[in-house]
Amino acid sequence: MSPTPFILMELQPVFAWIYELLQSLGFKGDLLTVVVYAGLGVTVFGVLALLALYLVWWERKIAGHIQQRFGPMRNGWHGWYQTMMDGLKLLQKEDVLVDTRDKPVFFWAPIICFVAAFCAYVVMPFGEGLIVADLNIGVLYIVAITTFTVISLLMAGWGSNNKYALLGGMRSAAQVVSYEVPMVASILTVILFTGSLSMVDIVESQSGMVFNWFIFRLPFGPIAFMIYITAATAEANRTPFDIPEAEQELVAGFNIEYSGMKFAMFFLAEFVNLFTVSAIAVTLFFGGWQGWEFIPSWIWFLGKTFMVVLLLMLFRWTYPRLRVDQLMEFAWKILVPIAFANLIVAGWMKHAGWYW
Amino acid sequence: MSALRTEEFIVNMGPHHPSTHGVCRLMLTMDGEKIVAIEPYIGYLHRSLEKICENRTYHQCIPILDRFEYVTAMSCNYTFALAAEKLAQVEVPERAEYLRVIMLELNRIASHLIFFGTTAMDLGALTPFLYALRERELIMDLFEMTCGQRLTYNYIRIGGVSKDIPAEFVPKCREAIKIIDGKVDEYMALLNGNPIWKARTIGVGYLSPELAVAYGVSGPVLRASGVKYDIRRDDPYSIYDRFDFEIPCRENGDVFDRYMLRLDEIKQSIRIIEQALDGLPEGEIKGKVSLKFKPPAGEVYSRVENSRGELGVYILSDGSDKPVRVKTRGGSYSQLQALPHFGAGGLIADLVAIFASLDIIMPEVDR
Repeated sequence: MSPTPFILMELQPVFAWIYELLQSLGFKGDLLTVVVYAGLGVTVFGVLALLALYLVWWERKIAGHIQQRFGPMRNGWHGWYQTMMDGLKLLQKEDVLVDTRDKPVFFWAPIICFVAAFCAYVVMPFGEGLIVADLNIGVLYIVAITTFTVISLLMAGWGSNNKYALLGGMRSAAQVVSYEVPMVASILTVILFTGSLSMVDIVESQSGMVFNWFIFRLPFGPIAFMIYITAATAEANRTPFDIPEAEQELVAGFNIEYSGMKFAMFFLAEFVNLFTVSAIAVTLFFGGWQGWEFIPSWIWFLGKTFMVVLLLMLFRWTYPRLRVDQLMEFAWKILVPIAFANLIVAGWMKHAGWYW
Repeated sequence: MSALRTEEFIVNMGPHHPSTHGVCRLMLTMDGEKIVAIEPYIGYLHRSLEKICENRTYHQCIPILDRFEYVTAMSCNYTFALAAEKLAQVEVPERAEYLRVIMLELNRIASHLIFFGTTAMDLGALTPFLYALRERELIMDLFEMTCGQRLTYNYIRIGGVSKDIPAEFVPKCREAIKIIDGKVDEYMALLNGNPIWKARTIGVGYLSPELAVAYGVSGPVLRASGVKYDIRRDDPYSIYDRFDFEIPCRENGDVFDRYMLRLDEIKQSIRIIEQALDGLPEGEIKGKVSLKFKPPAGEVYSRVENSRGELGVYILSDGSDKPVRVKTRGGSYSQLQALPHFGAGGLIADLVAIFASLDIIMPEVDR
């Protein structure tokens, strides 16, 4: 792949300035590209880490208000820096290690989980021209990289040498692999109509009115969205599909033996994943960063994504948890047939030209 | 390819596990996710309450037995007082009996609310727990108003009750039960129609009436299996024969029925409290019981219908001011004993649901 040119509109002057600065410092050619990409990566990483911390706080507030309490209130205004304090606490904590662990597997699991969670944002269009790299296989890349998390959960489950963790790891493997199928099938309906795997193309093909969003434009768009959001909830390991953790059954599931910063990495990755699946939903079904032009595009993107995040949070604090066999049955007996029927109908309608 | 070689493994569930409600330890023999056998290990909460009672006077036993079944401490107070009264033939004033019934039923509601919350939490729905505790708070406030305590009341004494209710108790109590009545409907609306809730509870953990009777299971668990047995009706104590209430009974004996039965019982308890508040007479709250209470030599067993089944106290007296032997019986013990015989066979998530539906609390098991 040739280095993709940045499609930067709003931040063009800033980047031009940084480019000139770097060039004046003697960077040129491939080295310049590497430095710029690294800088972009660090920026996106920093923003997302903050976002994940903020999401934890937000979830706790939402849970609190659903449950007739306030949630965190003590640290700052309505506890807004509570999670940062939690993070600091976890940083200082002793990293308790089990002697019987599988050392390399145990060590790498949280790191892989953490890195995989952030990797999806390489192709995420945050706004008009706000994208790290517009890969022409963007969606495929995202599907691949988000599934990568399951390897880390399996590693954590195996490496901990704990029966609860092993059960959690096995559950997560079964769950993510199963729910990947309907999820991809519902994503495919969108791909069918854009004819491109690039995230930017997908967003731009939904430009214009609200009715150009794929949730309205696709034949049975709402169904495709519901399949996606259900599978995404499972993908992000959230209630009612949070069986790999299943606090009341497996205590903490795959991360039972992790403490301190390693636990924090799993925890943050979970919230980054939550944001990822919501951002993909927005990109695929709700027009991405498209909206009225007097509001900056990245605000549109974040606003829409937070709405989807809110939906997933409401799920979590309302529903009981499914049992593991019911979860698999639901995936294979209900979601997969509906998803494929939806895909076939969409393909036929595209072929017949019954769409706008 | 030859068949995959598998082997069973043992999972140690507890004593510290989020859903064993205290310090119950279950050794699970598992075949993958499937439970092959359950073996409960008890004794982690043994505080020798019965032995302590032998060194206390009768009056001093009551605060000790508060700790026996702390979720419904009123019942423990009452059962011991009832046994001592039977032994010494103490007359209890009318008003005290009414107050006792009101407190017992309020405590039953509070206990069932805890059950509702913890069961929902064990099945993964975290929010109902907070709702249930919110409503329980109303009852705790009533208790606090009456006896100053919120968990271990030490309220029902031999011969009556310790304090009269304050003037604002009756209107507050009416208000509280009215709110709870409405909220119970809300709980049912929240969970009963939920397909996940139904899938997790209906048909899970079937306890046959034969097995239940064989193991001495009592209370809501027994009635959910279709055995209509309630000590309030079948061996009436206090003034329960004066009230008009139903004994809810269900047929299927699964987790869902045990859950529904307790919500039905809350409704019936509300009926009893309403009638008791209406009929509450004026008068004394305590009979003539000396501080040096010395019942005649003999033995007595008293039993009441608690929210977890039959709560019994056996006292052996030699005529001194201290009991020679106190034996307590809690419903949880029998239910835990029956658990290995009907709990196995499902997945680990089913066991969590079954355990929650039995509403076992460990101090009742480890006395």
